[in-house]
Amino acid sequence: MSGFKVLNPGMLTLLQDGGRYGQHRIGLTTGGPLDRFAMSWANRLVHNDSGETAIEASFGGLKLESSVNTLVAVTGGDQPLTINGVEKAGWRSHRVEAGDIIELGFARQFCRSYLAVHDGFQVTPSFGSTATVVREGIGGLSGGKLDAGDHLPARGTTERECLVLNDPTRAPYQNDISVRVLPGYQVHQFPRLEQRRFFSGTYTVTERADRMGYRLEGPAIECDIKGILSEGICMGAIQVPADGQPIVLLQDRQTIGGYPKIGSALSLDTGRLAQLMPGATVRFEPVTPHAADNLFHMARSMHRRMTLDTVND
Amino acid sequence: MEIHFAGEDALIVYLGDDASPEVSGRVQAAAAAIESALGDALVDLVPSYASVLVIYNLLEIDHLAARKQIHAALDALEAGNAREGNLVTLPVYYDPEVGPDLESLAGQAGLDAEEVVQIHLGTEYRVYAIGFAPGFAYLGQVDERIAAPRLTTPRQSVPRGAVAIADRQTAVYPAPSPGGWNLIGRCPQRMFDPDATPTMPVAVGDRVRFEAIDRQAFLDLGGEL
Repeated sequence: MSGFKVLNPGMLTLLQDGGRYGQHRIGLTTGGPLDRFAMSWANRLVHNDSGETAIEASFGGLKLESSVNTLVAVTGGDQPLTINGVEKAGWRSHRVEAGDIIELGFARQFCRSYLAVHDGFQVTPSFGSTATVVREGIGGLSGGKLDAGDHLPARGTTERECLVLNDPTRAPYQNDISVRVLPGYQVHQFPRLEQRRFFSGTYTVTERADRMGYRLEGPAIECDIKGILSEGICMGAIQVPADGQPIVLLQDRQTIGGYPKIGSALSLDTGRLAQLMPGATVRFEPVTPHAADNLFHMARSMHRRMTLDTVND
Repeated sequence: MEIHFAGEDALIVYLGDDASPEVSGRVQAAAAAIESALGDALVDLVPSYASVLVIYNLLEIDHLAARKQIHAALDALEAGNAREGNLVTLPVYYDPEVGPDLESLAGQAGLDAEEVVQIHLGTEYRVYAIGFAPGFAYLGQVDERIAAPRLTTPRQSVPRGAVAIADRQTAVYPAPSPGGWNLIGRCPQRMFDPDATPTMPVAVGDRVRFEAIDRQAFLDLGGEL
């Protein structure tokens, strides 16, 4: 099949879809895009469903050569897009032809970008999903990150028009963010004072921040218990190991673990968190279960109201 | 039984506070009951030693309704009606050649290697949890006489099939990975094979016995040294 040849894979480039669900019982994590709003828009800009297989490029450096006439779109962080050396706008689709060179530059901040192609990359799912989880060796082309020489199969289109997302809220990225947290799990094992320390402190993103989780550094918080019987870990769970420095667990987290957890970050905020590079700062804000529910549904309805406009090539 | 919030789309149900066959039996029964009660609203489920993490679809159900349905499903469960898990036998080649910690573990325990093997063989284990890596099954409880703490320095790479002990747990490594457990032997059977059906020979709640095999049998069964 026609498609795209990887000339340079960049720092960490992975095929992802909406994620792998229903497989926790054999120890498989969810995977999927760290910034799912950005990936969903990249897909919609090329007339796809939100969860079609697309590229998540972390930090930058990806270079592809097309062998197909189709539409591509790039959204998310800060990696400048060029086609045949000409800079192109993000958050809109562009027509590419066989022989075109598509490149993503390096991010100065906001490190996750998404590149979608019309109809998605044609990859066989494993366990119901094409999401690549490198630690498990599952998903994508062969369970790993993209390599130079890889071929990404894609079907073409010459019919569909180019689209743009002009909404000013499309990229809500900042280097000093507030992450909303639903207290839960072992929260009651954290003394009141420790909870207050956690929710009033400022934490810095460390070098140990990846698709498994973001390790932060700031006021250490203590828990009354050091460990628990290993139990299921949900998306966004914030675990606090013995050194008191919180780790926000993300798409490639282990499915079970034995550190106490103070609660979980809302999915609305984990995407903005995962865009951050070391040195950026994070504060945590507690929300009630009802507020968490409302925020989820309000964001969803807001996203449904955001519309795409047609643009000329 | 207690239900706590886990995340915006997840509740965690605690069915006890220790790692015992009784609690594990309740976990298994609860997982099955919750699965059928939530139906299509269920996204994923993680049964573990004493808890079940329940992840649901927020477009189908909210936390209030999910909590109510979980309560109803568990109230309807009769105490002690847990299904007996399948009994699975796993062959193991026990030898210092593939179990580099066998001698030192025996030394710490004041036993000889053969006694360690016999004690490891003498227990019927239960699959308490699956996680850490695809197909990694936590089996318990290891006889106290051969329970050994994790290595101070974990190995960079533990081979697939390694049979290992950490505290009162034992496991067969499903794939090569870093690891800090004490290695006492090797199992030729794949614990996780993405291309096989089923993918794993065991599920949470199943019972496992180990069976000693010699070097030749290990090789004949496809084991790799």
